[in-house]
Amino acid sequence: MRRFALIAIPYFWLLILFLVPFVIVLKISLSDVALARPPYTPQLDLSAGWEGLRAFFSELDFENFVFLTTDDLYWKAYVSSLKIALVSTLLTLLVGYPIAYGMARAPNEWRPTLLMLVILPFWTSFLIRVYSWMGILSNEGTLNTVLLWLGVIDTPLQIMNTNTAVYIGIVYTYLPFMVLPIYSALEKMDESLIEAAEDLGCSKLAAFWLVTWPLSRNGIIAGCFLVFIPAIGEFVIPSLLGGSGTLMIGKVLFEEFFSNRDWPVASAVAVILLLILIIPIILFQRNEQKAREAEG
Amino acid sequence: MAQTVFAPWEDPEQKPLIEFRNVTKRFGEFTAIDDLSLNIYEREFFALLGPSGCGKTTMMRMLAGFESVTEGHIWLGGQDIINVPPNKRPVNMMFQSYALFPHLSIWDNIAFGLRRESKDKAMIEERVEEMLRLTRLTKFARRKPHQISGGQRQRVALARSLAKAPKLLLLDEPLGALDKKLREETQFELMDIQEKTGTTFVIVTHDQEEAMTVASRIAVMDEGRLVQVDTPDVIYEAPNSVYVADFIGDVNLIPGTAKPRPAEPEAPAPEPAPAAVEDAAPAVEGTSPEATAQAKVQTDARLPAPNARGEWLYKKVFARFMGQRDLATPQLPPPSPEELAAARKAEAKAAAKPAPAPAPAPKPAIKPGGILIDWAEGQPPIIAANGDPALDGKPVTLSIRPEKVTIDLEKPDRPNVLPGKVIDIAYLGNISTYHVELASGQMVKAQMVNARRLSNRHITWEDAVWIGFTETAGVVLEE
Amino acid sequence: MRRFSWFNVTSLTLGFAFLYLPMVLLVVYSFNESRLVTVWAGFSTKWYGELLRNEEFLDAAWVTLKVAVFSSTIATVLGTMAAYVLVRAGRFRGRTLFSGMIYAPLVMPEVITGLSLLLLFIGIGLDRGVLTIVLAHTTFSMCYVSVVVSSRLTSFDRSLEEAALDLGCSPFEAFRLVTLPIIAPAVISGWLLAFTLSLDDLVIASFTTGPSATTLPIKIFSAVRLGVSPEINALSTLLIGIVTVGVITASIVTKRAAVAQARDEQAAERNE
Repeated sequence: MRRFALIAIPYFWLLILFLVPFVIVLKISLSDVALARPPYTPQLDLSAGWEGLRAFFSELDFENFVFLTTDDLYWKAYVSSLKIALVSTLLTLLVGYPIAYGMARAPNEWRPTLLMLVILPFWTSFLIRVYSWMGILSNEGTLNTVLLWLGVIDTPLQIMNTNTAVYIGIVYTYLPFMVLPIYSALEKMDESLIEAAEDLGCSKLAAFWLVTWPLSRNGIIAGCFLVFIPAIGEFVIPSLLGGSGTLMIGKVLFEEFFSNRDWPVASAVAVILLLILIIPIILFQRNEQKAREAEG
Repeated sequence: MAQTVFAPWEDPEQKPLIEFRNVTKRFGEFTAIDDLSLNIYEREFFALLGPSGCGKTTMMRMLAGFESVTEGHIWLGGQDIINVPPNKRPVNMMFQSYALFPHLSIWDNIAFGLRRESKDKAMIEERVEEMLRLTRLTKFARRKPHQISGGQRQRVALARSLAKAPKLLLLDEPLGALDKKLREETQFELMDIQEKTGTTFVIVTHDQEEAMTVASRIAVMDEGRLVQVDTPDVIYEAPNSVYVADFIGDVNLIPGTAKPRPAEPEAPAPEPAPAAVEDAAPAVEGTSPEATAQAKVQTDARLPAPNARGEWLYKKVFARFMGQRDLATPQLPPPSPEELAAARKAEAKAAAKPAPAPAPAPKPAIKPGGILIDWAEGQPPIIAANGDPALDGKPVTLSIRPEKVTIDLEKPDRPNVLPGKVIDIAYLGNISTYHVELASGQMVKAQMVNARRLSNRHITWEDAVWIGFTETAGVVLEE
Repeated sequence: MRRFSWFNVTSLTLGFAFLYLPMVLLVVYSFNESRLVTVWAGFSTKWYGELLRNEEFLDAAWVTLKVAVFSSTIATVLGTMAAYVLVRAGRFRGRTLFSGMIYAPLVMPEVITGLSLLLLFIGIGLDRGVLTIVLAHTTFSMCYVSVVVSSRLTSFDRSLEEAALDLGCSPFEAFRLVTLPIIAPAVISGWLLAFTLSLDDLVIASFTTGPSATTLPIKIFSAVRLGVSPEINALSTLLIGIVTVGVITASIVTKRAAVAQARDEQAAERNE
């Protein structure tokens, strides 16, 4: 009896507040605009039995999804989101790997401090971290001021409100997600492996490429997914740092919902975003599974 | 040895404390325990021994109540306990990891179980102090588990599980985490505490030495079955299968084929084995029914030596066609009544028990009966006086302990003598083990006590040597 | 003893500079006299004063704090239960769905979570306000709590619970007397994580809130959309300060405990 309660309480909580909302989203994405106010028509009338069920389904259609394909704003937004997420994931890896490597090779007594320094921003508000770049990247911002003062440039660089700013924002805010898994993979690595590789005739660079890199692969893959997946649906960064030309699906969805009040289309956008995300999520899960099995 | 032997399992009047009745435990498709029945008696120190995955831990966890029983019943003190939850069983367990509560002091760890069942503070205090004294932990009472050493933690775990004075204490590999020296000390401590408290102990271990040291009886397990349940000496000296022989201690296993041994008991043999076979060969056919009968009686009785009953058998059966025996031939002295009684009791022990009395005769006779084992082409068969003649023609394995095999440069005068060559010598300080390759390629280990200093020992690598053993030194096991 | 190589020093210096410089600038400019963020006009704490006089911000902070305390507390209870179910309850009907529902919110874009919860609240006619934000935050942060707690439970020596049962505890007593005290650090960090997530959240709160309840992130977001403001800098500095002090204190406390434990263990082995 206690066991039942233990399982049932969190179970029902998640069913009602996580699964049911999704079903509603799915349903609204298949409904008509005019009718998509509560109680979202068509309504399922169970008392009408089979006929009711059929009537219910016959009212549903893929009109909203068809609409998404006709308006190129949407699919451009999907493609652009994927592109931005991909590029910024690679940039994050480029920035994050040396940091993780440096941490893992740091003297033992330094490591906890370094680790804390990486985690600290993670506890700090996401919004504030994104905001902090607004003061740096704007036309009168710190970066331009410094560069003008140094004489590197004559006119301020337009970084704010471009995709570049979005890349910087994503790299900055998601850096801990990249550094931590790579660090833990590198830290586990037995350092005598490098010595063995050098003993067997590798140069330092060859030893890194042939031993360290493959052994940190699981960490790299995990880190990349941890950046890539949330970056696709990112809303705050493109809306604060990006410009009108920055198309990201999270932003489009938000605006579709709050500005246009078009719930069925917003729901359809969400359903497709979810479908796009399923593939990297499954790949990520599989990678984690393999890593766990490899560790025994 | 004046006190009476503790052997409740031989007394049919004794009620067992624990009774496994046809217990089966399955995990999905996998059968961990297979239709197993077992009795364990009060005050026993019972060891469940086997390799990992043999089901010994499952047995213990079923006793503690952490695993359900798929089929069958477990009785504890006259009560069927299979549906009793672990916290309601009069059983306590000492965990392999010790499972000391890290957030509680040693004192509170020991008091933990007592507090569950009683509110009487004074009683709890007294009992905890008693347990601390018993395990010599009094001065550590206020410490936390991480503040004491491994050996002390082990004693805390013991004290905590004994505090509630359980009917039955389960010990799951209790000494596995200790180093060898500490482990040996602790084994004796465990036995001492078991004796003092009179609690029934069931210990699970994969360490055969540990089981031999502490246990009153050992159950050797394999793949969810009991292979043999006996006292340590019987398990060692009279294993009932190749599995047990191989699992317990070091052993030579010589496979071969059994054939009947000619009934002529003492072919006066300086060349014992081959001569005996040739001489007796014609007689084999004619006497075989009688030989079988004799063998049957002997195996049924399973007494240790050619004793009174053997004499009787000879007189009644064999004398008719073999003529009177020369009684002057030195024989083993007949067993005393006590010995006989003891032997009868421990039936299983009998087969391989060394002759009870030393009887230093000028020229030891070779015990009659048993079988011969053809173990290699062109080699004289091995005499196994304790083999069951019913095994005739069947493949058998002679299991013989290395310490019962002698090694000499000169051909010794022993019932079984086999030539070979020393391949390897393992010097272990107190003893040396010689790995000897016989003519057939069979490797045999022979052990010698290093009574002499190293420089005086004469056998070395590549030496041609003779290994020898008596006709009762080995145990004949059916495949 | 290992030393830093120059390559590692360079990469760490640059990396941490990248991580911390923006926040340092943010803090520095919060003490700027001028409203123009990029022009230094002298040291001043006037923006902090303005911030404290700004009723809207104070109200939002109060709402945020209420939401965070309630949602993280409920999420900790539910998340710990869920973790216990995942790690200990064995097989039951719908287990796969359950673990899916625990892990899905971790990778779900916030816009989708927010949208779907809003549609639910509208559908059942629940007035949007503090309650709906608490429900929404509890739902996604309980999943984080359960991940933190279940990783601790997995490494938890199960025989400790069995020992408690063996010594006469009921399953609930075993949890209360043995499991909970031992996993308490994980439960606490789960609570802290849930609390921070709730404090930080903008997107889900924007979807699920009503006109009556504006949280601090919503307030900040609508303020900074128009550009950099020194008041927000001051507010950010306060938040960064609180987090920094909290994290550093926590790490010092855990480090002290670890050092003490290691010392005790060494002493124990010597006493053998």
